[in-house]
Amino acid sequence: MAQHQAHSHDSHDEHESHGSLKEYIVGFVLSLILTAIPLIFVLNDIVEGTAANVVLLVTAVLQFVVQLFFFMHLKEEKKPRWNFMALILGIAVVIIIVLGSIWIMGNNEVVK
Amino acid sequence: MSHNANHAVQGHGHDHGGHHDLDALRQMGFWLFLITDCILFGTLFATYIVLHNNTAGGPTASELFEMPGVIAETFILLTSSFTSGLAVLCMNRGNKKGLIGWLIVTVLLGASFVTLEVTEFLKMIDEGAKISTSAFLSGFYTLVGTHGLHVSVGLVWMTALIIQLSKRGITKTTRRKINIISLYWHFLDAVWIFVFTIVYMMGVM
Amino acid sequence: MWEDIKDWASDFFVTGDPLIYGADVGIVLASLSILFVLTYFKKWKWLWSEWITTVDHKKIGIMYIIAALLMLFRGGMDALLMRTQLVMPDMEFLKPEHYNEIFTTHGVIMILFMAMPLMFGLFNIAVPLQIGARDVAFPVLNSLSFWLFFMGAMLFNLSFVIGGSPNAGWLAYPPLSETMFNPGVGQDFYIWGIQISGIGSLMTGINFIVTILKMRAPGMKLMKMPMFTWSVFASSLTIMLAFPILTVTLALLFIDRFLGAHFFTLDAGGNPMMYINLIWMWGHPEVYIVILPAFGIFSDIVSTFSKKKVFGYKSMVFALMIISVVSFVTWAHHFFTMGSGASVNAFFAISTMVIAIPTGVKVFNWLFTMYKGKISFKSPMLWTMGFIPCFVVGGLTGVMLSVAPADFQFHNSYFLIAHFHQVLIGGVAFGYFAGLYYWWPKMFGFKLDEKLGKWAFWLWNIGFYVCFMPQYVLGLMGMTRRYSTYSWDTGWFGLNLVSTIGAFIMGAGFLVQVWQIVYSIKKMDKDTTGDPWDARTLEWSIPSPAPMYNFATDPRVSDVDEWWEEKQRIAAGKPTPKPALEPIHMPKNSAMPIFKATFWFLAGFGFVFDWMWLALPAMAGVGITMLVYSFNYDTEYYIPVDEIRKTEAAAGRAV
Repeated sequence: MAQHQAHSHDSHDEHESHGSLKEYIVGFVLSLILTAIPLIFVLNDIVEGTAANVVLLVTAVLQFVVQLFFFMHLKEEKKPRWNFMALILGIAVVIIIVLGSIWIMGNNEVVK
Repeated sequence: MSHNANHAVQGHGHDHGGHHDLDALRQMGFWLFLITDCILFGTLFATYIVLHNNTAGGPTASELFEMPGVIAETFILLTSSFTSGLAVLCMNRGNKKGLIGWLIVTVLLGASFVTLEVTEFLKMIDEGAKISTSAFLSGFYTLVGTHGLHVSVGLVWMTALIIQLSKRGITKTTRRKINIISLYWHFLDAVWIFVFTIVYMMGVM
Repeated sequence: MWEDIKDWASDFFVTGDPLIYGADVGIVLASLSILFVLTYFKKWKWLWSEWITTVDHKKIGIMYIIAALLMLFRGGMDALLMRTQLVMPDMEFLKPEHYNEIFTTHGVIMILFMAMPLMFGLFNIAVPLQIGARDVAFPVLNSLSFWLFFMGAMLFNLSFVIGGSPNAGWLAYPPLSETMFNPGVGQDFYIWGIQISGIGSLMTGINFIVTILKMRAPGMKLMKMPMFTWSVFASSLTIMLAFPILTVTLALLFIDRFLGAHFFTLDAGGNPMMYINLIWMWGHPEVYIVILPAFGIFSDIVSTFSKKKVFGYKSMVFALMIISVVSFVTWAHHFFTMGSGASVNAFFAISTMVIAIPTGVKVFNWLFTMYKGKISFKSPMLWTMGFIPCFVVGGLTGVMLSVAPADFQFHNSYFLIAHFHQVLIGGVAFGYFAGLYYWWPKMFGFKLDEKLGKWAFWLWNIGFYVCFMPQYVLGLMGMTRRYSTYSWDTGWFGLNLVSTIGAFIMGAGFLVQVWQIVYSIKKMDKDTTGDPWDARTLEWSIPSPAPMYNFATDPRVSDVDEWWEEKQRIAAGKPTPKPALEPIHMPKNSAMPIFKATFWFLAGFGFVFDWMWLALPAMAGVGITMLVYSFNYDTEYYIPVDEIRKTEAAAGRAV
């Protein structure tokens, strides 16, 4: 993918983001589409209720992935992929925080 | 322990640590910082989600949010993420002018994002929807405001880097700094996707 | 005019209690004498260039440890005051409001301003040396972390004499900590003190993860790292994932207090339970953050003093990593009684029991390491031996508490108090003491007196059981925590009396330790070998104290116990050849950390008192120091080969 070594005089490129123009454009277009889908579907009430939530969350997650791979060049990391592993752990903790809070607080009717 | 500062040996052959180089370390450190920031936002999201129905008689999300402005903010930030990527591309080609140019475009887009957001906040406050009105609004202002604060800090930082670039050009150090801030900028865009989805879209649905 | 000033001052300073006036005098006298000594002996420049602006991990480690020991003194005094108040029924030694403040500051100081910095001190002292590195990954950030911790701790302690101490318990549960019930500045001191030092802790976590992943000596694969380094890695990872939650939680509480928001208030839709949920998402990992490094210390010590490789290295590593991950799904066991229903409680009860399994694995591994070893009972080993039974009992009472229905009985009783003191003193404090005794010669180049060390150990160990065993029983008898007094008809007198005696025995143990340090400085029993314990890992292969660049040449590693193996090779006449000396790349000292941390301190102080004229410029100062630092490109220098040769020769080593 990244053939733009061009003039790089230092040999330690392992974490530098390269990417090509094509990659950025594809990423940008995909992001635009993934932002437009929920706008069109949800604001015009084409889908409702749970289905709408699913559409919203799926497009958001997909767009997050697009950003990670096309803009933040996560795929180019060399082994061992510490950054990738750390990201997975971080996301796992975020999910624990969000779902855990919803679960615990949803079951707690004392204060509400 | 004298500090012989003037031993700045030029062109230090192979680095003496042998097993690490500073730029890779810093990039990794910054990546880990971004993950802590992810968790910070995750906690704010969790709080918002738990409290978002507690409007305590105040305005609700669907009464309050005006989507056109938010949609504009979304596309502006998305575009600025793209332009910051273009800046990095210019840097990799050694094109200093292009690099600075795209960074300036990014700063301008970021600044208009912040301006729109501040205007939106002021309008809501004017309508009586204050941070102290309800738990929902406390969560809303804190979550969205924290993101806005991150963008604002990024603007100051990027401006400082533009000045450094114009003075020093593209060097090993400035390359690292630009790579790091572009990572930060993409990250803020990624966070905004979730603000947009969970706060605004699900709010008005 | 004069009256106005007097009014203001009586609000601003804490007044009315002779204890506090005594402390005021003490603080002023101590500060003046420090200023006098520094000026008289012309030590200001030395202090500035050798310590305040240093980026050397060894010196930063020493500063952490000194600060932590001071905080141990203050937290310990709090404990003794509390035990004095509880020594018999109907005591009138402390007023209830004062008692509330003291148990709050005791908890906060012991966990956040004693255990954490002592832990970071040991991280700094040992980790770079164990992995054969010249420094941590980000030396300036490391210094910033220290100064943020220090300023946070100072801000928190300032509440003792200015404005009033926090009094809502160590985790400041709302609604008690909200302005409605707590309008004073105490809780704001709490929030900002912890917030500022918490940012420092977060950065230390990141710093050590990168250091351990990226700066190991050539040949040191992950599975060849010393156990302490592994434990620091596990702990740092947990810090990185947990501390942002604390930052947010405290920030939200502050927004409630400062801007009148309604996250955790009783009105306008706020939910105090959300705070409890969030704070324990950090709070539970936090207890593993402080215990994991203690596990690592014990592993290294057991193996060194048994003259054996640690038993079950791989299972030790997996246990550490499993604990650090599982610690994120047990938090709700701190509030089983909140009423989230059976399924929530069942899940968190089981996850809590699960985490006992890897902990058990570690205990067995330590025992098997000792089995058939040639054990020598030096101070570090003594503390380890004291730890094992103590921690096992503490762990088992923890499993009892994890049974959700039973917890409805134990919750917030002295049974709980006894449990967590048993794991925190028996585990964390004993562990860090063991580490302190173990690495002391490496830090300062001389040994601590063994005989006094034994006295200290036995006083602490006996004092601990005398103090806390009665508290388990008191808990079962119905005594709940945070009582400032109790009546004669409760029947709690005898056990409380015994408990207080135990606390004072531990206090005596601390005094013996102070005397031990003073005595050992006078005696100056120098460690000329660099390896006083005949130990196994790389930090013992270099002189004591370590030269500023640590290793003259990069060590090459092929084994977990690299230095032990190297000693065998040297004895066999086949030492590993050392590469030629090269100039060493070092970071320059930086004044950014002290400036930035001072601005944070001022900003915190401004926010505490709602003084925006102070807080806003100080926040700007934080930003400006950052920018100025960003514009500075001259941050590194080289130590020439001649200087390395001279330093090594002075330490008695030929290169």
